[in-house]
Amino acid sequence: MTDGAATGVAAQTPEPLPEPAAVRPSSLLVTLGAGGAVAGVLLVIAFGLTLPRIEANRAHALHLAVNEVLKAPARYDTLYVVGGALTKTPPPGVDPKKLEQVYLGFGPDGRAVGFAVGAAEPGFQDTIRLIFGYDPRNRKLLGMKVLESKETPGLGDKIEKDRAFVSQFDGAQPPLAGVKGKRAKPTDVAMITGATISSRTVIRTINNALGRLGPLLEAYRTEN
Amino acid sequence: MAELSCHASMMTTSKDAPPREDLAKGLWRQNPVLVHLLGLCPTLAVTNSVANSVVMGVATFFVLVGSSFLVSTVRRWIPNEIRIASYILIIATFVTVAEFGLQALVPDIYKALGPFVALIVVNCIILGRQEAFAGRNPVGRSVLDAVGMGAGFMLALLIMGSVREVLGSGTFLSVSLFGPRYEPWVIFVLPPGGFFTLAFVLLAVAWHKQRQTARARARATDEAVLVERVA
Repeated sequence: MTDGAATGVAAQTPEPLPEPAAVRPSSLLVTLGAGGAVAGVLLVIAFGLTLPRIEANRAHALHLAVNEVLKAPARYDTLYVVGGALTKTPPPGVDPKKLEQVYLGFGPDGRAVGFAVGAAEPGFQDTIRLIFGYDPRNRKLLGMKVLESKETPGLGDKIEKDRAFVSQFDGAQPPLAGVKGKRAKPTDVAMITGATISSRTVIRTINNALGRLGPLLEAYRTEN
Repeated sequence: MAELSCHASMMTTSKDAPPREDLAKGLWRQNPVLVHLLGLCPTLAVTNSVANSVVMGVATFFVLVGSSFLVSTVRRWIPNEIRIASYILIIATFVTVAEFGLQALVPDIYKALGPFVALIVVNCIILGRQEAFAGRNPVGRSVLDAVGMGAGFMLALLIMGSVREVLGSGTFLSVSLFGPRYEPWVIFVLPPGGFFTLAFVLLAVAWHKQRQTARARARATDEAVLVERVA
């Protein structure tokens, strides 16, 4: 196209259209199929190579998040949810990575300070994964941190970046209720203007997780 | 062949251009962002810090060079009817590899870039280069072209990121520049700041080009006058 224009001659005498080559539909299928197969193999290789690093990064981020929502405990134990109860040792023959986990933090005096619970629900764009600290003795939250979200930059991502929003969860009493404007009660959480769905998802995620796991957490505490 | 003609017509060079020109044109004269205004979504969205800009630039560079290399290598085997589908398949594969790589190497920045890493697939610089160049030129030239365009994109992102981070956070690569008494101009790290910065950068580029043209014209007239006098 450009070559003809560059010489300036072809501009007046339009080139005859090239004869459309006969393309067999099967060749299209074979080309795309082969391309897809090669792409698949490449992706599997890249996935395999990067997976250990990615998992290590995730574990490190989780460790930092647990420390953050439990307000820097002296140490914490990993507990597994098995058959409607919490246990320290996963049942034999089960991959512990596949079990739901909660983390029980201890203060410097060895007393339990609360649980860190991870949960995820669909937000505005994609799943929002978060972790929150919960003290079953006082039935209060200790803090909340969003681990993963793809919410709208500048609006929805305030659920992790807006300190005023995040700090409300510190000491809030579940079940939480999202309110517009100022919060009046300890159960209230003031939602972010322009990010109502994202804010609501965070609140709903915590309420649902506690609705499901709350009795387990309380039971475990009273036993120990 | 007129699909994506906006890219094709603007961004092709004649076949006998020297290799240096394939490489250099993307950096400045045909810079994909500063001149052709392509790829504005990441340019506006992730340039709120230098680190984000650099990582986004490197990821796009990787995808662009990899895709151009592959598209140019297999261009004779791809039937015309399915070339867009094939290009997108190749680009999407490289983007996914880049995504894994960023997750493994720089997880914090990967998180900060949010959905924009996956959106490299639809960056129109990349598909544009495949259509306009890699799909019809030999491998060497295509790679040079991709390196130039990728570097040009990185340069534009770096300019944007530097201005926005210095003004909006008072830092450069998270190193404080003006001390604690500097009040950051927060709007520059927010979305409107992206538009303002882009507007000023484009203004500066246009102004620079205008001056260059004016100078060249003045020189030409001077020479013409000189030639007349001598004659």
